[in-house]
Amino acid sequence: MTVAAVSPPAVASPAVGKRARRARRTELILLLLGMLVVAGYLAAVEANLLDQVTPDFWVPAGILAVVYLAMHMVVRLRAAYADPVILPAVATLNGLGVTFLRRLDLGKAKAGDRADYPILSGEGGKQLLWTAIAVGLAAALLWFLRDHRTISRYAWTLGFVGIILMMLPAVLPARFSEVNEAKLWIKFGSFSIQPGEFAKLMLASFFAYYLVRKREVLALASRRVLGIDFPRGRDLGPVLVVWLLSLLVLIFEKDLGTALLYFGMFIVMVYIATERVSWLIIGLVLFFGGAVLAYVLGGAIGGPFANFYDRANIWLDPFSGDRAYNEGYQLVQSLLGLGTGGLFGTGPGAGSPSQVPEVRNDFIFAGMGEEIGLFGLTALLVLYLLIVVRGIRAALGVRDSFGKLLAGGLAFTLGLQVFVIVGGVSRLIPLTGQTTPFLSAGGSSLMANWLLIAILLRISDNARAPLGAPGGMIRPPVAAAPPARPPVGTAAVPAGSVRPAPPNRPAAAAPAGPSVPPAPDVPAGPTQPVGPQPLNPTAEQPTVRTPGNDVAAADVSDDDDHDSGPDDSALDDEALGGEAPPTEKIDVNAPAPKENS
Amino acid sequence: MNAPLRRVGVVAMVLFGLLFANLNFVQWQRANDYRTSQYNGRKQVAEYDRQRGVIQAGGKAVGQSIPTDDNLKYLRQYPYKQAYAHLIGYKPVNGAPTGVEYLENEFLAGTSDQLFADRLRDLWSNQKTPGGNVVTTLSPSAQELAYKLLVNNNNDAKVGAVVALDPTTGAIKTMVSIPSYDPNTLTSHDTGAAADAYDKLANDPTQPLLNRAISERYPPGSTFKVIDSAAALERGYTINTSIPAGPSYTAPGTTHAIHNAADSICPESQVTLIEALTESCNTGFAQLGVTLGPQALTDTASAFGFGDDSLRIGKPDADGGLPVAASQVGTLTTASGPDNPVIAQSAIGQADVAMTPLQGAMIAATVANDGRQMRPYVVEQLLGPDLTTNYYKATPKQLRVSCSDSVARNLQAMMVSVVQNGTGKKAQIDGYQVGGKTGTSQNGDGQKDHGWFIGYAMKDGKPVAAVAVFLANAGSGGSSEAARIGGLVMKAVITDRGGK
Repeated sequence: MTVAAVSPPAVASPAVGKRARRARRTELILLLLGMLVVAGYLAAVEANLLDQVTPDFWVPAGILAVVYLAMHMVVRLRAAYADPVILPAVATLNGLGVTFLRRLDLGKAKAGDRADYPILSGEGGKQLLWTAIAVGLAAALLWFLRDHRTISRYAWTLGFVGIILMMLPAVLPARFSEVNEAKLWIKFGSFSIQPGEFAKLMLASFFAYYLVRKREVLALASRRVLGIDFPRGRDLGPVLVVWLLSLLVLIFEKDLGTALLYFGMFIVMVYIATERVSWLIIGLVLFFGGAVLAYVLGGAIGGPFANFYDRANIWLDPFSGDRAYNEGYQLVQSLLGLGTGGLFGTGPGAGSPSQVPEVRNDFIFAGMGEEIGLFGLTALLVLYLLIVVRGIRAALGVRDSFGKLLAGGLAFTLGLQVFVIVGGVSRLIPLTGQTTPFLSAGGSSLMANWLLIAILLRISDNARAPLGAPGGMIRPPVAAAPPARPPVGTAAVPAGSVRPAPPNRPAAAAPAGPSVPPAPDVPAGPTQPVGPQPLNPTAEQPTVRTPGNDVAAADVSDDDDHDSGPDDSALDDEALGGEAPPTEKIDVNAPAPKENS
Repeated sequence: MNAPLRRVGVVAMVLFGLLFANLNFVQWQRANDYRTSQYNGRKQVAEYDRQRGVIQAGGKAVGQSIPTDDNLKYLRQYPYKQAYAHLIGYKPVNGAPTGVEYLENEFLAGTSDQLFADRLRDLWSNQKTPGGNVVTTLSPSAQELAYKLLVNNNNDAKVGAVVALDPTTGAIKTMVSIPSYDPNTLTSHDTGAAADAYDKLANDPTQPLLNRAISERYPPGSTFKVIDSAAALERGYTINTSIPAGPSYTAPGTTHAIHNAADSICPESQVTLIEALTESCNTGFAQLGVTLGPQALTDTASAFGFGDDSLRIGKPDADGGLPVAASQVGTLTTASGPDNPVIAQSAIGQADVAMTPLQGAMIAATVANDGRQMRPYVVEQLLGPDLTTNYYKATPKQLRVSCSDSVARNLQAMMVSVVQNGTGKKAQIDGYQVGGKTGTSQNGDGQKDHGWFIGYAMKDGKPVAAVAVFLANAGSGGSSEAARIGGLVMKAVITDRGGK
């Protein structure tokens, strides 16, 4: 798997600029480094658990490397400009998760059987397969979703399905949905999924779509209190609806973490869309008010609030009385595991993570913490933070409001999920049953989070690509003014545009399938048809702005500094504020004639 | 939208900063508290990494650790379950071990200083040498028979104890207490199940966890007449000295009359001391007690071990061991002088007199050993992990001289008479000279009487076994059943030691 092997199209293309090639080379190197770390972890586990390192200790890391390199190829082909750090960071976390689960399997196996423990059996083997499936799904999404704005066309469907998925476990009887006192699952026999993991993605997509449409209304201020603009009362509706949904989740799914996740995601997206701090304040007050109310009600009347009340009490004092042996057992064991690990940990394979209940799921961070210590966990946190920050960077860099909101919302939600579960197992906040993204055993979480990563990669590709390059450019809108439209069949774009025909695309992709309605520049790139601001009902392509302008601006921007890139707010304002001739209104719900993915 | 996005990025960093700060708190600042917390099971995991040594009785493993598949690598197991439970004890995953498991915990675990060289070897071989092995004094066939006989006693007593000693060394050959328990339920690696099993036993009104052989005291009844006899012999009586008897006796200062167990027992006004013991003459001994006075009774009882609250059973020549409840005579005086009504009752083993079954066996053993009382012990030998290196061998230790050997010989003659001609006939063993004393003691109103037997066996003038059998609330015939059990247990002890 060498650069050369995948390079020919890229090299052949002056369009896939140096920047893309540099990014992909960085990604490849980081990816291989990450797999070296995973292989090292595997070797350390064997040294400690087997008293020897078997010659084939590296095989899981090798399989993972093949899977990730396949993903890397897809990124090269379909998102050449994507952020080079996200994939290696995720791959390393995921690889360490697989390795740690394998380490738990080895620990459980009889001492004599450990050396020959098959790669694909046990929890670790299952996780390895799930990883391959999840990465495959992410690769497919990246391959077929040529433009993230396409998602907005299914926003209502996604939102509807998302809410159903989110509420389903709450409605189902406990035996179909309850695991460890949290109703977050749908169980069919031995198979179970956590629909909330997928709901997270769908709801983020819907929120992004909805908020782009509603942002002006939500941004309207009615009164100013203490220097903060507060929205009009009647505009609180949607926020209150989501707040109520979150509280329902809190009560009926007995899960503070999930509620915090959904509500936090929504409030942050509202804030990003409206730039009104007041929404953050309203959100925080509503959430904490709700949580305190649930606690008080739990103490006073019990019922559906009792579970939350108990969890909060465990959080407040897990060691009190014989709580450490009963309801507080999990948290206490988690803390003891973390404490035993101390600064440097016992070393991979040398601890007793199986002392911590559910160490393969919710408590994997505590289990790893015992063996890799504070230093190792800090490294894991840094990897997570890198993904979050790079996701937010993609949001900063991308030019369309929907992309900004989606990337920002997803990246923040990922970070929030890490905060909720890691904070829970380390007793920063009350413990709730969330998976630890990319580490915890389980297919739902892996698949959903890898899909999230695919979306972030797609958006970051869009954000980082020079305007002239395929994938990243803002093309003339579908309904753009005729002067900007090239003659049918021409690969070139309007005069003044520096966009060349993207020859790096495989020739086979160029026809873009027979289903594609003839569009002026279909051959130029399959992602072309969706307009730059399809989400905004008033969106219009200002004729004064040609892609060429943007290209110039984008080229100025540095690889790593999107802040100096195109002035997105200007773009947004332009898009929002510009008069919209009726004919140029693009309704995302209207059939999109140019969709071709 | 970029300004709020950047601020959201800052919020994410702040959240991660909080996580990082909190992890510092948990993994650094509080690390030591958590590492050494009583709730931290890793201590146990480390402990169970090394195979705990075997506890043996006569070549049998009565406590052993077998390899498991779970993360505690060995399971502590007791193959004979209830039979050895009280003295061997158990080693739970959480909490303190009991019995011999407690006594030699460090040696068994392999962490004692004595095993330092073995641990040092581990560093080279990269293996965990098992812990050391403890050889107990117990005689397995006597122990198991005693348990079986106690549980299936003919008087349907639910509570009881058997103690057998080697009179010449003090080695404990048998120590059984019923009701017993299965220690295997308490060593389960499922600590929740183990805790539940413990709670169930601890809350059981029959107190199965209690080792009645050393921890409980019961009124000794007529077995205390051996002490009376010793006191009398020490003070110039012979076995043929006549003492006042009669069908009933009312001590001065009370209206409560003491009777004999049957009208046929010593109705005559005078009986010899040996006859009095053989028939178990209550009126005779009550009057003897009053005649001898409180000091004589208390002194002689103390000489035989009553009132000794420092007795521990473990190694004979080392401090420490399992504590033994001090048997007691009670207060025999009032402010104005001897409390004759109480003395009369105490002389026949009632009133406040109370002794442990071990004390009963020690009386018999001391008599058999010509008055020299040996310290009871249970740890015979400590063997290294290789089962050959000897780290300790018990040296029997004399606790005290309870009486002169001439007094002891006279007592032997009297006790042999009891088994030959009197109440203890069921304790007879073919080919051995058996001496003993039965006892029936009242235990409050409305409850059936306790049955006792204390005795010893000799071969060619050399004592080979001593025993005490106690059957709580055994009712009529309880002492006779105790004598039967005592004889059989002693016979098993003798068989185990090869008839010698």
